Amino acid sequence: MTTAALSPVTLSKAASFEAQAVKTSARRNRLLSLPALIIIGIFGVLPLIIICVYSFLAAAPYGGVQWQFSTDAYLNFLFQRDIFDDTLQFTPDFLIIYLRSFLFAVVTTIVCLLLGFPTAYFMATRPPAQRNWWVLLITIPFWSNLLVRTLAIMFIIRDEGLINNALLALGVIDKPITMLYTNFAIQLGLLYAFLPFMVLPLYSSLEKLDFRLIEAAYDLYATRQKVLWRVIIPLSKPGIIAGCLLVFIPALGAYVTPLILGGGVHLMIGDLIAQQFGSGRNWPLGCAQALILMAAVLVALYFYVRNTSGKVQHG
Amino acid sequence: MGIALKSRVAAPQLPSQMACGDNQTGTNLPPRAGSLNGVIVPEQPGKNAIEVRGVRKVFGTGENQVAALDTVSVSIRENEFFTLLGPSGCGKTTLLRLIAGFDFPSAGEILLHGQDIAPLPPFKRPVNTVFQSYALFPHMTVAQNIGFGLEMLGRPKAEIEARVAQMLKLVKMEALKARRTSQISGGQQQRVALARALAPQPKVLLLDEPLSALDYKLRKEMQIELKRLQHETGITFIFVTHDQEEALTMSDRIAVMSAGRILQVGTPRDIYDRPAERFVADFIGETNFLAGTVISKKPGVATVKFANNATIAAGYPEGFEPSGEVTLVVRPEHADLTPDPVKGTIAGTLSNIVYFGTDTHYHVKLDGGENFIVRHQNSRSNPVIYETGTKVGIQFEEDAARVLKD
Repeated sequence: MTTAALSPVTLSKAASFEAQAVKTSARRNRLLSLPALIIIGIFGVLPLIIICVYSFLAAAPYGGVQWQFSTDAYLNFLFQRDIFDDTLQFTPDFLIIYLRSFLFAVVTTIVCLLLGFPTAYFMATRPPAQRNWWVLLITIPFWSNLLVRTLAIMFIIRDEGLINNALLALGVIDKPITMLYTNFAIQLGLLYAFLPFMVLPLYSSLEKLDFRLIEAAYDLYATRQKVLWRVIIPLSKPGIIAGCLLVFIPALGAYVTPLILGGGVHLMIGDLIAQQFGSGRNWPLGCAQALILMAAVLVALYFYVRNTSGKVQHG
Repeated sequence: MGIALKSRVAAPQLPSQMACGDNQTGTNLPPRAGSLNGVIVPEQPGKNAIEVRGVRKVFGTGENQVAALDTVSVSIRENEFFTLLGPSGCGKTTLLRLIAGFDFPSAGEILLHGQDIAPLPPFKRPVNTVFQSYALFPHMTVAQNIGFGLEMLGRPKAEIEARVAQMLKLVKMEALKARRTSQISGGQQQRVALARALAPQPKVLLLDEPLSALDYKLRKEMQIELKRLQHETGITFIFVTHDQEEALTMSDRIAVMSAGRILQVGTPRDIYDRPAERFVADFIGETNFLAGTVISKKPGVATVKFANNATIAAGYPEGFEPSGEVTLVVRPEHADLTPDPVKGTIAGTLSNIVYFGTDTHYHVKLDGGENFIVRHQNSRSNPVIYETGTKVGIQFEEDAARVLKD
């Protein structure tokens, strides 16, 4: 899971660190950031350059690349070359998988936000001594591997699984409801996997919220609903933005969850890319798909941040 | 005088415009009674703006129960600058929060113009609060903060803009209306908080130690400013403070509180000159305590004998029958020194002289062993220069001494 490297705290606190950086001397900061820069350089930027280069090469028959410039990978993303007359035909198969992945990621983000916000609010309004316990409870899923947890979901929702057996035993249903290997299963798995990544940044934002402001709003004739929309949500916007990014981006590239719970039938981008390096034996195509995904995320991010950051100018 | 006149001339349009939101026709109709956006507008304004009747507030449960307010009753008149004064933990903020609606009383009722508001949520009470922390919305500008209450009441945009402009002018913040609240100073935030609470024309304005975060000079300025605002708007102010000087200089009436009870309600002069209990005398201003014995008593005046057999006539509060060994209280400025110990009612040795600029405090170690402070106002024609270690007599002004409940 690449998401494990992105701690929710890192993003939500990034802004305050930025402000501090200005104050302390620039040179010392550069030295401090050196180890991280080296790691990012070797394991982040370098692979990206390799992917970039590979995407413009031709595929070797048994995996790997041939050192020969080619834009086939990008052409193959949208078109298929006819075997007989070499013409290009529009094939939206990959595009559909991309759009479906976006849809999955958007739904995951929205539902995580709807579920996570009340949870985070509940946690932030507990007495301070209790709050750390709630944070601990939220982080418990991280103690075991996502693969194991996803397999557990599989056992719960499969035809002979916990839910179906229980419903059959109770006589609610006659035959098992098929849940595994459906879009529902993927969606459920994504929600389960990414909910903590929404709750934690929301909590860190809401915990800093001055609850006297809520009293002030009540005092000034704001109903509970208006307090939520006019005070609580605007003030927790940094957390909402961080949470949405932490859920949306990894959910878009999710690999394990759709692979196991979708049964390879309902592909998502992650599985598609992985396929090109495995059974597909088309490394350049895989590289191109990865880069297209990255470009799409960057464009989406640009509009998202531009639309939300203007309204959040405070601390 | 000129300033006072000017503010009075400027004042009339404010209260009339502020009286009611839908009073824009120009005719001076009385405020329409009934419900305004769910906010209760009283039918017949009574004489009392707020009546607190037998209110108790208990926090915690079981053995951890703490009575923050122990059956408090008080009436606050219309257009009054009323102060709740007491040390921290006395329940004054609790009482304010009950009136605001942030907490609900465990027992008793709170009437606003005769109507029980105790069960209503804060957004249904025509009462606004100036918070100790100001609690300004950091994601809004100064003007947006001030307009928030009116916006929540659903007033038309034009009216909100006009009122915000009026409020900005009232607190002299026009130039900074577009600033974020994080970009203005503490004193300016204070003004915005005031304007924000005044903008929806509350029946009662609650102020929770609003000046405590300001430095001395700014606090003095804001004290005058607050009095001016109260005068101009004609709104009932309920002011919470632990600063007795602030309470004395600003209030029409003061309620002195201790340990969840109201000990005395009265004008600053009442409270200072005729404290009802020893706690009140001790908490407000400096006080000397003297031991004595009651030898005779007329209604309201007792004759008390000191250890040296000298006697003094001392007043006592109503409902209290002093007898036997009692404690007398005397304000330091109600006594004077005389160089001849025999001439004084009581005598002692000057132990310390503290010069304060405007006045001088003489610390006297009485022959009986008690300490006594005499405050003497410094003037150009002050003939007697005292030195520490000399024997002096202490004379009392008429009505200087008072017998109080311990």
